Amino acid sequence: MKKYLKNFYKYRYLLYEIVRKNIKLQYRDSALGIVWTFLQPLMTTLVLVFIFGNVFGKSNSGVVNYPIYLLCGRLLYEFYSQSTKRAMRSVRNSASVIKKVYVPKYIYPLANVSSTFVTFCISLLVLVCFIAFYVIRGTVNPEYAEMMPHITPYMLLVFVPLIILFLLSIGVGLILSTLDVFFKDIDYLYEVFCLLLFYMTPIVYRIDSLKIDSELFAYVMLANPMYSITEMFRCCVLYGKMFNIHHLEYSLGFAAVMLIIGVIAFYKKQDKFILHI
Amino acid sequence: MSKPAIEIKNMSMLFNLNSEKVDNLKEYFIKLVTHKLHYNEFWALKNINLRVEKGDRVGILGFNGAGKSTMLKVIAGVLKPTEGTVETHGIIAPMIELGAGFDMNYSGKENIFLYGATMGYSRKFIQEKYDEIVEFSELKDFINVPVKNYSSGMKARLGFAIASAVDPEILILDEVLSVGDAKFRKKSEKKIISLFDKGVTVLFVSHNVDQVLNICNKAIILDHGKIIAQGDAKEICDQYVEMTNAGKK
Repeated sequence: MKKYLKNFYKYRYLLYEIVRKNIKLQYRDSALGIVWTFLQPLMTTLVLVFIFGNVFGKSNSGVVNYPIYLLCGRLLYEFYSQSTKRAMRSVRNSASVIKKVYVPKYIYPLANVSSTFVTFCISLLVLVCFIAFYVIRGTVNPEYAEMMPHITPYMLLVFVPLIILFLLSIGVGLILSTLDVFFKDIDYLYEVFCLLLFYMTPIVYRIDSLKIDSELFAYVMLANPMYSITEMFRCCVLYGKMFNIHHLEYSLGFAAVMLIIGVIAFYKKQDKFILHI
Repeated sequence: MSKPAIEIKNMSMLFNLNSEKVDNLKEYFIKLVTHKLHYNEFWALKNINLRVEKGDRVGILGFNGAGKSTMLKVIAGVLKPTEGTVETHGIIAPMIELGAGFDMNYSGKENIFLYGATMGYSRKFIQEKYDEIVEFSELKDFINVPVKNYSSGMKARLGFAIASAVDPEILILDEVLSVGDAKFRKKSEKKIISLFDKGVTVLFVSHNVDQVLNICNKAIILDHGKIIAQGDAKEICDQYVEMTNAGKK
């Protein structure tokens, strides 16, 4: 165990350099550069607000502040899907290095989740802007007062769901990157899974607005850890109350299990990677 | 007695050669069901025992497919041996393929730090060596250009400059001295020889007997995954030349 920690300590610079590289290269050739990290979620959220708030209607009924509600869900979902997809491909994409130089291979999925996490944190600025906008508008014009998000000390707890989500992404990322080395088909299957996850997670709708007949289906909806994490996040920043402790227990447990499976799978298979990439 | 730089005990390396590469689920299941999923076992290296003392410079000779590169990769830690153990003491600078760790969209300067980190060095340490690296690679005018626009010679020069700048204790060279123009080749040979004074241990793979004689004091011959001869560089080189000539006849 000590040996592994020592090795990780030695290669911490590599982790840092890859995170740095990913962020730098992602927006290098675009005119607006890093601005896209918050421009993109802003614009896609406006599209979703327009579609689900107006065109399809009713999705926003019963939600205090639909734009913020939607933005919360979307930002978290986007981080999860992006980071796990990048982690999944990271080992195979680094084949040229892994084949020639000794590096601890887990650095690659770890670095990809981390770099996505950094850009995700920058994109949270959009959320701050949204909240500020509605608070100011509500204060100036009492007509809009009911749409005001609640500024409470619970906002400080926002790091709890974020850390759980980060751990969950690392766990899933490790599992996927291991699978991806042996079966490239995972790439396509996972795309479909992410689409399913987007609609199964209450991002554009509220879970209690659904009329679910099948008990099994209702159970699946609640078992989705993204649901627990998103709800906790919304409690902190939108509802201004303490989150349900069961959500915390469940999502933390789920993330821990994924992380353990990921570490074991990766550790057991990593010596075989080089023969397959 | 001091510890040897490299100690290999009963090391063997097994590869499963698939008759065809199976890399998607559909193919895998079809082959599993139709019982076509079989592997051909291939021992790339078999029962290798080798002890390299600190400061020794060992040339590794052998025909194509003898297992030379596999052996270097096992020593560098890239491959894990199927059987046996490999112990190394000291900082290893592998020069198996120069520039393998480069990111093509990154500039030369950024790649120096990335490649340094890939070898486990801190940003601060590379910063200290930065000027030396740039000067040695002769790429001062191109250092902010993305590496994708470099020629293969330029990439190799940069790779060599980084790997040799870090004062390695064990240097692993896989035919790297055959890249670049004659001028740079001389310069890199000189650089390697200058490292000898610091007591560096060298493993050197080459088909060029003259280069081996120039650099190494000891040599081994690998054939079909086994060490068939080892000893003084001069003797072994003569034997290798004989083997090559015998093959021609």
